[in-house]
Amino acid sequence: MPNALGPGRGERSDWQLLWRLLSYLRPYPWQAAGGLAAVTANAVLQLAPPYLTKVIVDEHVAAGRLEGLGDIALLYLITLTAAALLEAAQTSILQLTAQRVMFDFRVQVYRHLHRLDIAFFDRNPVGRLMTRVTSDVDVLNDLFTSGVHAIFFDLFTLAGIVFILVSLDWRLALAAFAVVPLMGLITRWFRRNIRESFRDVRAWVARLNASLQENIGGIATVQLFRREAINQRRFRALDAGHRDANLRGMFYYAVFYPAIEIVATISTAAILWYGGVLVMAEDLTLGGLVAFLLYSQRFFRPVADISEKLNGVQAAIAAAERIFGLLDTQAEIRQVGARATGVERGRAGTSIVFEHVSFAYDGSGDVLKDVSFEVRPGERVGIVGATGSGKSTVINLLLRFYDVGRGRILVDGRDIRGMPLPELRSRFALVQQDVQLFSGTIASNLTMGSGAISPESVERAVAAVGAGRFVSALPGGTGAAVAERGATFSTGQKQLLSFARALAFNREVLLLDEATSSVEGETELAILVALRAVMAGRTTIAIAHRLATVQDMDRILVLHKGELREAGTHDELLAHDGIYAKLWALQCHSTANPNPIPGGRPGS
Amino acid sequence: MGSIRRLLPYLRRYRRAYAIGLLSVVVTATLALLAPRVLQYAVDDLGRSITHHKLTFYAALLVGLSLVGGVARFLMRRVVIGASRHIEAEVRDDFFAHLTRLPLAYFRTRRTGDLMARAMGDLESVRLMIGISVIDAANTAVVFVVALALMLSIDAGLTVVALAPLPAVSLAVRWFGKAIHARFQLVQAQLSEVASLTQEGLSSVRLVRAYGQEDAQVERFTEATRRYFARNRSLIRLQAAFYATMTFSLGAGALLVLWLGSARVVRGELTLGEFVALTAYQAMLGVPMVAIGSLTNTIQRGIASWKRMLEVFDEPEAEALPGAGRERRARVPLHWKADAPRGGLVVEIRNLTFSYGPGLPPVLRDVSFRAAPGQTVALVGATGSGKSTLLHLLPRLLEPPPGTVFVDGVDVRGLPLEILRRQIGFVPQEPFLFAETLAGNIAFAPAAGEDEGRGSGEREAPPSVELLSGGFDLRGTGTFHLGPLGTDAVRRAAAIARLEPVVETLPRGYETPLEERGLNLSGGQRQRTALARALVLDPPLLVLDDALSAVDTKTEAEILEGLRAGAAVRTTLVAASRLSSVRDASLILFLDEGRIVERGTHEELVALGGQYAGLYRRQLLRESLEVG
Repeated sequence: MPNALGPGRGERSDWQLLWRLLSYLRPYPWQAAGGLAAVTANAVLQLAPPYLTKVIVDEHVAAGRLEGLGDIALLYLITLTAAALLEAAQTSILQLTAQRVMFDFRVQVYRHLHRLDIAFFDRNPVGRLMTRVTSDVDVLNDLFTSGVHAIFFDLFTLAGIVFILVSLDWRLALAAFAVVPLMGLITRWFRRNIRESFRDVRAWVARLNASLQENIGGIATVQLFRREAINQRRFRALDAGHRDANLRGMFYYAVFYPAIEIVATISTAAILWYGGVLVMAEDLTLGGLVAFLLYSQRFFRPVADISEKLNGVQAAIAAAERIFGLLDTQAEIRQVGARATGVERGRAGTSIVFEHVSFAYDGSGDVLKDVSFEVRPGERVGIVGATGSGKSTVINLLLRFYDVGRGRILVDGRDIRGMPLPELRSRFALVQQDVQLFSGTIASNLTMGSGAISPESVERAVAAVGAGRFVSALPGGTGAAVAERGATFSTGQKQLLSFARALAFNREVLLLDEATSSVEGETELAILVALRAVMAGRTTIAIAHRLATVQDMDRILVLHKGELREAGTHDELLAHDGIYAKLWALQCHSTANPNPIPGGRPGS
Repeated sequence: MGSIRRLLPYLRRYRRAYAIGLLSVVVTATLALLAPRVLQYAVDDLGRSITHHKLTFYAALLVGLSLVGGVARFLMRRVVIGASRHIEAEVRDDFFAHLTRLPLAYFRTRRTGDLMARAMGDLESVRLMIGISVIDAANTAVVFVVALALMLSIDAGLTVVALAPLPAVSLAVRWFGKAIHARFQLVQAQLSEVASLTQEGLSSVRLVRAYGQEDAQVERFTEATRRYFARNRSLIRLQAAFYATMTFSLGAGALLVLWLGSARVVRGELTLGEFVALTAYQAMLGVPMVAIGSLTNTIQRGIASWKRMLEVFDEPEAEALPGAGRERRARVPLHWKADAPRGGLVVEIRNLTFSYGPGLPPVLRDVSFRAAPGQTVALVGATGSGKSTLLHLLPRLLEPPPGTVFVDGVDVRGLPLEILRRQIGFVPQEPFLFAETLAGNIAFAPAAGEDEGRGSGEREAPPSVELLSGGFDLRGTGTFHLGPLGTDAVRRAAAIARLEPVVETLPRGYETPLEERGLNLSGGQRQRTALARALVLDPPLLVLDDALSAVDTKTEAEILEGLRAGAAVRTTLVAASRLSSVRDASLILFLDEGRIVERGTHEELVALGGQYAGLYRRQLLRESLEVG
């Protein structure tokens, strides 16, 4: 299964990628056409000033005629104004269209990410995926604004100038073009070396960054073991490597630009000499030569520009390859059938059956081994076990974040693999150990953007879990702003909000994934009260580390190393004197000897 | 401007390079300005009909000037930008050296990313200011002055008219530049909003799926992206207006010269050649006008970045902390000499109360105890009880109050850091391994005589101008030499830390390169490596800060057994959450909220039946569960 980096180069040719990229212009035919028209018109207008100059020199200066000069000046002014307006049109059409395409790309990539398997997120760190959405898309921007159209522009201009030069005097044109192969060679030399050099510099930057990160992150170790001097020396060596790589790259620049300039001057000299000969032979007017000289100056700029822009196009193609690699990754767990709507189905409850379920995460051993159990509608079941016993996997499978390896899971008698995902998931409310809050308001965090939840039910949910007191103390109540990751709330408050969220969604089945583990001391009581409110009348599966949470459940399942080892009520399991009884004894001592843990201080 | 003065010492070392560079700029600009002049004479002579010979001369002169100019241009870039690259590296070296000497407390409040941004991105802005900007500024000045003089000498009246639009160009560049910059900031702010929404959405993907709110997430993201688009639109409109203004103003100047100039030629007040030259100069003046605007932006950005770097440079280094100075004179105990046989250290803590800052509640309250050579003192208590803080005070990773922490009777605050730290083998809770070989990570500290200490401020002489962009020197990178500590010492330390079974499984044994932060080792293996790193020094004082928490019980027992041999001589301080590692300690201190609440041997404390005894019972149970 491919990861976000996509398959290696060579599978798709650059042209296919470019073509696929350009297909994103399809929704904007008018803008694309308008942009192209503006570019073309602008390119044509670029040729007007030298032409008018030629007219002035030939028909007025050389002929000594003053009348009509004002008209040409006026014409010049008009073309100048038109060129300025076209410039503005070109910029805004191209850039806005590019921004529209970027918008489409971003939304498409983001939407696609929300469809990919959870397993995909296990393999690809969020940081890398963010790069696809942000910087990679930005690189494409360059292609649509300065890349494709600018190259078109340069090509148009070039074609126009070549046409004019040839039509002015084909012999002089040949003299001017004589240097083109030389220029091509220089450009090729430059581009090959500069690409190499860019790669080299990037590698050194990465090394510098790694060294900085390592030394800042490990500063305590560096200082404790008196490595300051040695690490400084090593850093100096890296820094020198980085500097020298840059100096080598700079060398190519330092040679390239003067070289192009010299070649252009050689061409000018050739035109001057050959043109001079022609003028002396009265084969060419002086004005014609001057005009030709002026035009030929404009010939070299687009040539140099194009080579520079091709580098940008290459970067864009590389970014496109990464983005398309992501877009081409397909989810293995798909929605089956039509979309289900409605939150409540008005049935008594949902039954859940695990039949001989085994499961392994990518490439590792079985996390669940032949686990079978049933949860009847309205029943409250606790699942306990040590870290790594496979508790959380039960919930991951039930929500179909992953598909079972062997066996099957039935919800209301139906294999969940045959159910549309929204229909399956709309039965469950999930409360996790790490409460995830979004920037926004308390209300928007409870509804998570779902329009199906009324403000009243939000208020009711907040009150029901006992969060009313602290929420109403906030400016704006449920409309109060929530900072990134809820940084201004205590762990207990965040947990209460996550219960309120579950309650607001009013689902049939409540899934608690270590929902009370990170709460300590006095807030724990508040949480237990809230929990009772949320569980009322709901089928509940509670995964817990802390046995107090599951103590009065209808049934408790004990998982040990992926196997279901014990099942029964709290009293039955204590009597059984097995794993559960040991766990209980352990935790009883903790509560008998409360040891409040104050807010952790770094390093203490 | 005061901040710029701090940059001068760096610049001064390259004054020769800058002088040569500026000279090259003058040559380049002058020659570029002469070329139109040649064209002028050639065209004029052609009008009067000339010889082939003279025509060839003009063509050759054109090429010749361009060749000389090309060499000057090459030199100018290479020398000035070369110098800026060298200065960049020197500033970064100093920045890095300074970072390594800052007190640990500084890093607690700083984000790594922010410091890295200053060392890389900000320094790049500074470099642009002292590199390409210098060339641009000089070039602008020369071109402007010379072109203006030449134009005036040709036709003063026409020059004034031709230049009329140029101040407008410069003003437009500045005004638009500022406005564009402001909108660009808005665009960037919205982009980071989009980025953080992405981060938020992608890291809560399970929750979002569980509640089936993918569409709402996408909608939220789309909304933010749409705002990003809207802000871009306003930026783009501004840019479009800017480009149009530029095209028009620069073109207007050309039009004026063309129109009025050609009329003068017709009237015989100007030769055709002069007319051609004027046109060329007029076009040339446009470039510096545009440059002035962007130049001011670059310089403003460079100064702002340099100030951000100075903020870090101005942080006092650990040795120079207030209060450290007076006690510095403390006598370093004679037997601490590196070559003297090493016994243990007497550690004494006297009435220590410590908090992380003024106004913060104390983390340690009135702690006193003594540890003599051959003794092991253990600190036990809940998370946050102050164990780790106490241990961090010994090597002065945190600065203790005066008169509280003593080794061999000397206040640690009076001891030079490298001498103090040489006595201590510290194994932290979260080991930090480096991307070197395993052996390099173990023999991490410099041996006596090796490049020890915190680095000198010395620097080699600046390279000669020829070398500025030349050779490639890689002093001391890459390969790792075991040095005086030797492989034997590494093997011995690894044996005690029970690393040998791990080494056998590694593809290249001790020479296996570790990944960043040692991520190709497990948590327990990393802890054992960190232990070996401390043991290889055979330190008089060994400090274990919950150093074996990720090691399994059986291996831990073996390690403790191995440590016992050396413990007879040295002094050992241990903080532990697992009591198995402290059972044999000479003295156990139970900390609760920074206070020693129970004190005694394992047997005494169990008999006491207090907090320690309770903790011990719970751990016994947990162990039996793990085994079952």
